[in-house]
Amino acid sequence: MRYEAPETLDAAVALLTAATGDARVLAGGTDLLVQLKTDMIDPGLVVDLKRIAEMRQIKKLPDGFHIGAAVSGAELKEHPELKKHWPGVVEAANLIGSTQIQGRATLGGNLCNASPAADSVPALIAAGARVSIHGPKGRRELAVEDVVLAPRKTALAKGEFVVSFQVPLRAKGMGDAYLRFIPRTEMDIAVVGVGVGLTTDANGVITAARIGLGAVAARPLYVKAAGDALVGSKLEAAALDKMVAAVRAACSPIDDKRGTIEFRIKVAGVIARRAAITAYERART
Amino acid sequence: MAKHHVSFTVNGDPTEILCETNATLLDVLRDELELTGTKEGCSTGDCGACSVTVDGRLVCSCLMLGVEANGKSIGTIEGLANGDKLHPLQQKFLEHHALQCGICTPGFLVASKALLEKNPDPTETEVRYWLAGNLCRCTGYDKIVRAVMDAAAEMRGA
Repeated sequence: MRYEAPETLDAAVALLTAATGDARVLAGGTDLLVQLKTDMIDPGLVVDLKRIAEMRQIKKLPDGFHIGAAVSGAELKEHPELKKHWPGVVEAANLIGSTQIQGRATLGGNLCNASPAADSVPALIAAGARVSIHGPKGRRELAVEDVVLAPRKTALAKGEFVVSFQVPLRAKGMGDAYLRFIPRTEMDIAVVGVGVGLTTDANGVITAARIGLGAVAARPLYVKAAGDALVGSKLEAAALDKMVAAVRAACSPIDDKRGTIEFRIKVAGVIARRAAITAYERART
Repeated sequence: MAKHHVSFTVNGDPTEILCETNATLLDVLRDELELTGTKEGCSTGDCGACSVTVDGRLVCSCLMLGVEANGKSIGTIEGLANGDKLHPLQQKFLEHHALQCGICTPGFLVASKALLEKNPDPTETEVRYWLAGNLCRCTGYDKIVRAVMDAAAEMRGA
């Protein structure tokens, strides 16, 4: 195994493109090192992206926050402004693993590891986040919900990697939340995760809503119908019921020791309702 | 296997080694530098026994390649005591009987020190959440949490 730590995006792309065998990018390493040690993977090349400045920065620009894909969860939490704008995104990222894991784990890794249960992904979907991808053909963008195609499979082509996430600046009347169900209070993988992002007008009427689901399908889902069910409402019971029905209709979970199909579908609705209420409270304050 | 020249500091001491690509920071500390205070537990980032700080940030040394340490400042359990004088956390762990077999203890101490550097006056809840990634299979957590709270109080007074 060869290790390289390039300092520019183009150098990283050149290394990945020239690789003949399996090549992996390394950000926080909290998934990659486990996969290496358990012989799940045996790459000929590992490209450490953490020496590339753009991947390690959080920038606030007029069009939104640009969050480097290799910024750690601990750094997200300590950023003075990000949590005020997108508390749901930061809280979701901070649910991943322990303090030690937070010291290394990244948004880019959480997304590109391509687990259906990744906590930050439904929250990023709810926030309307887009990713900036660099590769042999230059830069392109994708919505977060279009990156993961199936467990362990992404839409990234050979030589491509996620450089940064872009979320808009929070305008007045916007709020987000992420909640998950796990059988204990800490240190577990989501059985169900739901992110909700809402925009309200001056009267408290919801004008836009985005809902992301995790761990209830082969990949994280953007459920447009669920968000649309809330638009025009002030989160009254009828709108919430309609949203919950749309969430449950979108679920196609697996049956495993962590939860049955029936349980996951039921809980997805419960969690979505609670996350919507929290997001609405945040939007109104 | 290619070897990399890696230089970093450990507990303030400049260190240079030749590191195999697939060696973890934990391997480097224990096998190359013979700093065996840092323990290997699960090797998959679940147990916290291998906790160290990298540029002040608490991490599992089993989940980091040795080559990634190039240019970094590493803190290990060996850096806690000042010569023969124990760190207040170490002293309080003794007084509160916060260890039995001891294999988790260096990880708990390094993690607790990182907490108190950020938050000198944590609540019990904050201590418990911060240490949720450190597993102990004999003492249980109550004595450990009490020792950390007591050490924090003493360090605030000192």
